[in-house]
Amino acid sequence: MTAAVAAARRIPVPLVVGVGLVILMACLPLLNISVPGVLPTPTYQPGTLALLSLAMIFAALALSYNMLLGTAGMLSFGHALYFGAGAYGLGIGLENLGVPLWPGVIVALVGGLVIAFVTGAVSMRVSGIPFAMVTLAFAQAGSVLVRRNSSVTGGEEGLSLNTDGVPDLLVGVVNTRNLYWATLAVLVVVYLVAVWVDRSRLGHLARATRENELRVKVLGLEPARARLLVFVIAALCASLVGVAYMLLQSGTVPRSVSADLTITVLVIVVLGGVGYRWGAIVGGVVYTILDQRLTVLAGSDMIESLPSVLRVPLSEPLFILGALFILVVMFLPGGIAGTVDSWVRRRRAGSAHGEPEMSDDAPAGRIEGAEQVLETAGQESRS
Amino acid sequence: MSTLVLVLLTGIGLGALYFLVASGLSLIYGLMHVLNFAHGAFLTLGAFMGFEVARRLDSTSWWAFAVSILVGGLVGAGVAALTELALIRPLYERHIEQVLVTVGLAFAAVALYEGIWGSDPIYIQAPAWMRETTGVLGAQVPNTYWVLMAAATALLISLVVFLRYTRFGTIIRAGVENRAMVTALGIDVRTAFLLVFAIGGSAAGVGGVLAAHYTGYVSAHLGSTLLIFAFIVTVIGGLGSLPGAAIASVMVAVLQQFANYYMGGTGDIIVVVALAGVLLVRPSGLLGRRFA
Repeated sequence: MTAAVAAARRIPVPLVVGVGLVILMACLPLLNISVPGVLPTPTYQPGTLALLSLAMIFAALALSYNMLLGTAGMLSFGHALYFGAGAYGLGIGLENLGVPLWPGVIVALVGGLVIAFVTGAVSMRVSGIPFAMVTLAFAQAGSVLVRRNSSVTGGEEGLSLNTDGVPDLLVGVVNTRNLYWATLAVLVVVYLVAVWVDRSRLGHLARATRENELRVKVLGLEPARARLLVFVIAALCASLVGVAYMLLQSGTVPRSVSADLTITVLVIVVLGGVGYRWGAIVGGVVYTILDQRLTVLAGSDMIESLPSVLRVPLSEPLFILGALFILVVMFLPGGIAGTVDSWVRRRRAGSAHGEPEMSDDAPAGRIEGAEQVLETAGQESRS
Repeated sequence: MSTLVLVLLTGIGLGALYFLVASGLSLIYGLMHVLNFAHGAFLTLGAFMGFEVARRLDSTSWWAFAVSILVGGLVGAGVAALTELALIRPLYERHIEQVLVTVGLAFAAVALYEGIWGSDPIYIQAPAWMRETTGVLGAQVPNTYWVLMAAATALLISLVVFLRYTRFGTIIRAGVENRAMVTALGIDVRTAFLLVFAIGGSAAGVGGVLAAHYTGYVSAHLGSTLLIFAFIVTVIGGLGSLPGAAIASVMVAVLQQFANYYMGGTGDIIVVVALAGVLLVRPSGLLGRRFA
């Protein structure tokens, strides 16, 4: 009972903040806000809207990856495959099948689903580190297929979106605003799916499996099925994000299937904080803006005037991001969200010695949390 | 017939290159359970350093070639040892974080190489003999492949001798079998970790120099491509198994060459299909959980 009361008291705050943020983001294209040094132009202009849309794409992709790594504890290096399947699926559907937008989206999503199911089922023959290697191999095969079959995918040149079937509202720089809203909608959808997965029995089971697979099996549950389901749902979300990316960029390149992109998403999730949904979003936004700003910085006169020992590393944004990533892994294991979260907890614990808070958003990384999750999963299945 | 021999021998040569990369990966994983994504970065650095040295000497002489191999091996060993000390050791027993750190290192290293050497491939020169071919049963096999095979054979023999007949080799083999027991016996396995990283790194460095001669150029992405095949080889061969890595290297590369030649360049896909097949039948790989 106390738990229920506490839950009722606790849920509204993140909900209010979340809804408020979404409304604020939705209003940005109508407002004239300048943030010098962070955003290239005022918020109503296409430059900033495109950057923010890209940030939301990365945030949504990171959210879907967090379902794998954060909830189910699966380190996959093949997540880009499903993102690419969405992007290329839509492009190929519109180009070769000549269908309108919505059937094209469905073709892309079904394609992503089928690929995810087949590759997921095979890769789950192994777990842990070998799983990472196998998913990497599948992503590589996808990347090779895309590069090879240039008559369908455009090869190295990439595939540009055939806009014949796309409503005019979603085409061109003048309509960046509409694309921005569409991307925001995708982000919200992926977020809601992530919340649903985390709170459902499936999510409980996946978390329990992450902590102790043997015990889940002993309880008579099926960890393999839960894992595969989480994997497929995460992949489907990635495909949806890929579709949004294709619409936003009006094209895609082979990099969107490659292991490079997965590693980028992994960097985002770890920077933001593994297991925290809002961490994935913050990570995506921080990464995109940092990447853009560092590229601008790399070309600046200040860097040019430095001696080459400093100039060469500083003019490579990916070097700085890679180094930053190593530092976060080594010295800030929770990422941005984990650090903030533990700081807030300490403040709370210091001010009031109430019941220990188990935030819904926190990863059940601690042993007690895992045990609790396991009990819940077991009881639910018995009842 | 001559085509068959040519495809087979080039396959074995490519397999030799895979083995140079995969042997280190497999040893490191077997002993430490670390998946080293930075292995490709070690390889690329070895290739670049070998190229720089050969360029300063007379790059068409055998002497410069030998020095570049030596430098590649030393640089690979050095940077691998540094990585182990600075990045892997502080994250002892936290396998996911260890993988992440090596991912970050690979990410940063490739960007740094692009900053220093540019993103375009740099074409390299070699001793005249390496450019020629040798006839075997009517097939004209490029001499680079023989060098690769010789290097991989030398590596395999020296690794087997080292693992079987030296004290450190015994510790490493014991550590792969049961690390807790080795530690309990009062042996400091961390020295073995450092050693395994250095050995793997030097094999990758030598592999880098030879890979540059195989492809004819060095580029910042040389290691990333090879690394993926090395991963496939180690999984098929069985993680931690040196003979498994050797057998799987040759099998994968020969299969790849045959598919590339007879099935219209589908080698890369066939390899992944083979990986899926092996996983479905034997998830632990061909020789999983056994060691030299």
